[in-house]
Amino acid sequence: MDASDQRCTDPTVLDLWHPLVAVSEMATDNVERTLLLGFEIMYGTDRDGTRFAVRVDEPDEALPVLDRHGYLWTSLGAPPADVFTIPETAEPDRRTLNAASIKVATSAPRAIENFLDMGHFPYVHTDYLGVEPHTEVAEYRVEIENDELWARDCFFYQPMAAASAVGGQLSEYTYRVPHPYCVMLYKSSPTDPSRSDVIGLFVQAMTQDTIRAHNFLSVIDETSSDTVLRRFQQIIFSQDKPILENQFPTRLPLDPRVETPIRADRSAIVYRRWLTELGLAYAVIPAG
Amino acid sequence: MSPPPESAWYPVARSDDAAFRHVHQAKLLGRELAVWRADDGFVNVWENRCLHRGVRLSVGMNEGMELKCLYHGWRYANRTGGCTYIPAHPADSPARTICNATFPALERYGLVWTCLDGDIDFAPVDLLEGGGSFPLRALPFAAPPELVRRHLPAGDDHAGEDGTPRWFVQPVDADACVVYGVLTDTPAPDRRIAVLRRHARRLEDLRAEVEEIAATLPRPAPLVAAMEQADVPVDIGGPARTVGGTDQRVVVARKWETAAEVVAFELAPIDEPLPTVQPGAHIDVRLPNGSTRQYSLTNPAGDQARYVIAVKREPDSRGGSIHLHDEVHEGDELVISAPRNNFGLRRDAVETTLIAGGIGITPLLSMAETLAADGLPFVLHCFVRSADHLCFSERLDGLGDAVVRHIGLDPAGTAAQIRRALGAHRVARHVYICGPGPMLDAARRVAGEIGWPDEAVHFEYFANPNEIDRSNGFEISLARSGLTLEVPAGQSILEVLRANGVGLISSCEQGACGTCIVDVIDGDPIHHDVFLNATERAAGDRIVTCVSRSASGRLVLDL
Repeated sequence: MDASDQRCTDPTVLDLWHPLVAVSEMATDNVERTLLLGFEIMYGTDRDGTRFAVRVDEPDEALPVLDRHGYLWTSLGAPPADVFTIPETAEPDRRTLNAASIKVATSAPRAIENFLDMGHFPYVHTDYLGVEPHTEVAEYRVEIENDELWARDCFFYQPMAAASAVGGQLSEYTYRVPHPYCVMLYKSSPTDPSRSDVIGLFVQAMTQDTIRAHNFLSVIDETSSDTVLRRFQQIIFSQDKPILENQFPTRLPLDPRVETPIRADRSAIVYRRWLTELGLAYAVIPAG
Repeated sequence: MSPPPESAWYPVARSDDAAFRHVHQAKLLGRELAVWRADDGFVNVWENRCLHRGVRLSVGMNEGMELKCLYHGWRYANRTGGCTYIPAHPADSPARTICNATFPALERYGLVWTCLDGDIDFAPVDLLEGGGSFPLRALPFAAPPELVRRHLPAGDDHAGEDGTPRWFVQPVDADACVVYGVLTDTPAPDRRIAVLRRHARRLEDLRAEVEEIAATLPRPAPLVAAMEQADVPVDIGGPARTVGGTDQRVVVARKWETAAEVVAFELAPIDEPLPTVQPGAHIDVRLPNGSTRQYSLTNPAGDQARYVIAVKREPDSRGGSIHLHDEVHEGDELVISAPRNNFGLRRDAVETTLIAGGIGITPLLSMAETLAADGLPFVLHCFVRSADHLCFSERLDGLGDAVVRHIGLDPAGTAAQIRRALGAHRVARHVYICGPGPMLDAARRVAGEIGWPDEAVHFEYFANPNEIDRSNGFEISLARSGLTLEVPAGQSILEVLRANGVGLISSCEQGACGTCIVDVIDGDPIHHDVFLNATERAAGDRIVTCVSRSASGRLVLDL
């Protein structure tokens, strides 16, 4: 696992919190290895239940760790006090779980941008999140607020919007990007339309060109089993994976002239600008 | 100095790799290519990257005359690589600048050849020009192309009773290539397998030998191909406007009478290939007598080797049609504009109704054949005076039951049939109407009466039947450039803009085609055009500058 040429030197990225693993999948008294930003990481749980993470090349210096939203987070730099919050997870009747952690040969920002994209639903998630001829992407709003990207008023016709959905519906989405490599969406829950299911993609940038995508799920659904909920997200993500692995270049080009954005890509346009303004350089091709 | 390696022709596939409805992935000098054969036989060699989001086109769908990207369903036309449809914005015509990087392609000796750079003619291989050449099995080598070339049998080595093999190398990357062999003669059918096997074994032996040498050499750095940049300004403010292109010369390859009083022209390119066609588009034809006329293209999307237009003899018109009928013959040259599309086809309708009156069939035939190729449901209603007046009847026959012919109806009968054809409006149904003014007016009126919303009723007039009152004068103010100009009685906004050096693309200049439309920021337009629908007129935020005027003393335009 030599990824030394992929080692991150970008302080913007080093100082972020990064997800490593779903806590529910960690065993006591066990050590695992993974890659983060080109560095080999060892993480695990001590016999007394304490979580830890270290760089393999600096085993004596403990990395900061946090247990948030069901994942173990760490940072290779000077991180903020906490990971972004998801207030909905405090609601008692919600089911919050990791649907899957999947390795993909793509860059973290490509995965985020794909998650923000509605135009591909009829083509990539046919008969689930979209179906031809319902292909139009209506105008929606995108703003940067409190250092987060928000896309609102996103409407799209969906034949089977969630594991619990029966028949098609016009789904309303709100997207939130609270972290350059983490994204969430809020969509009306099929079992309780007044409330939102929250689906997230927390990306662990293993290198600039490989990721582990942690699929976060927080839903209002009393009937579906964990397996059914997970399987639905896994089907959706397995449809995205071959697309992500066939994008060239793998790293996200921030110069708007390299690709051809249209109005439907407003969120991607704002996301790329936002990354440029943050001065982010890891897993992207910076503008000019 | 030797020329750069890009300035040469190389094989990139065997002809049978480019099977119908398939997309073959190839790589040449570090650059990935998508190789696909359209239903008209043409082999396309394109950069293997959708210019929207960079997804490989080789994972896309070969739809016959268009290549469809797997990610967002963007469609690209056979031959030109121009974008014909963006499903996320079904009502917009994609800008002409949205065009994939394409490379010249030709088929010789059972192989597909291309050249990445430079305007170089393919140099024929004399020995293979006899016509009986026979391609052998192609074999990939994990070795630098130069090394492989040095080890390939020279001259008549490997020659036998079944002909002499010629060898060609596709340099894939710094350390990889594909070797293609072509025999000068096609072996007798009962010898073919033995011949193929013999040459394949020899080539495999050679590969083992060369790869062993290559393994002892330092591994060369992979080639990095430059990426083509999208030539598109980032504009998320409004629908993509079809921009103007340059004129080009064409030759009348065929002229024939397609119906009573209607002559069809097949126009072939002379210098450059013809630009991308979108269903519903029209061209300006510049006539030798100095006048310009607009004609719709009948070509469906992706079928653009030659443009086909139809011209009805209009004895009372300005003379353009008479000239084309009587003075322009097969072999004559004409000058045409690039296509413009102000009558775009949505391909997201649950059902599409097409209503054609007489010669109004031309843009609708392009739409009908496009929808048929896409497998989308539609009905094409053709209203004509008599069976002899039905244009392109063979092509209509090819559309089968989707065509309904209405022959010899009076205005009341026509209106009744239109009412029946439309039926009650349901979500995601669209109607497209083209024909003479009175019929078009009737169809729009009927559609409105039975509850069709304006945004589902699309129409194109041949000409503007309105009486245009040019008697008032007013002022126009150009918001972007800060200019204020006087439009006197008798002059159009377009004329005043042009006289003051403000270039604006126009086409029909009689308020029918919508090409010279401009956004209105302030003021109260008087609409004399037949392009905008009632909703668009009421909004008052756009104006067709060749005919329309202002009720307010001042009109502020987004120019």
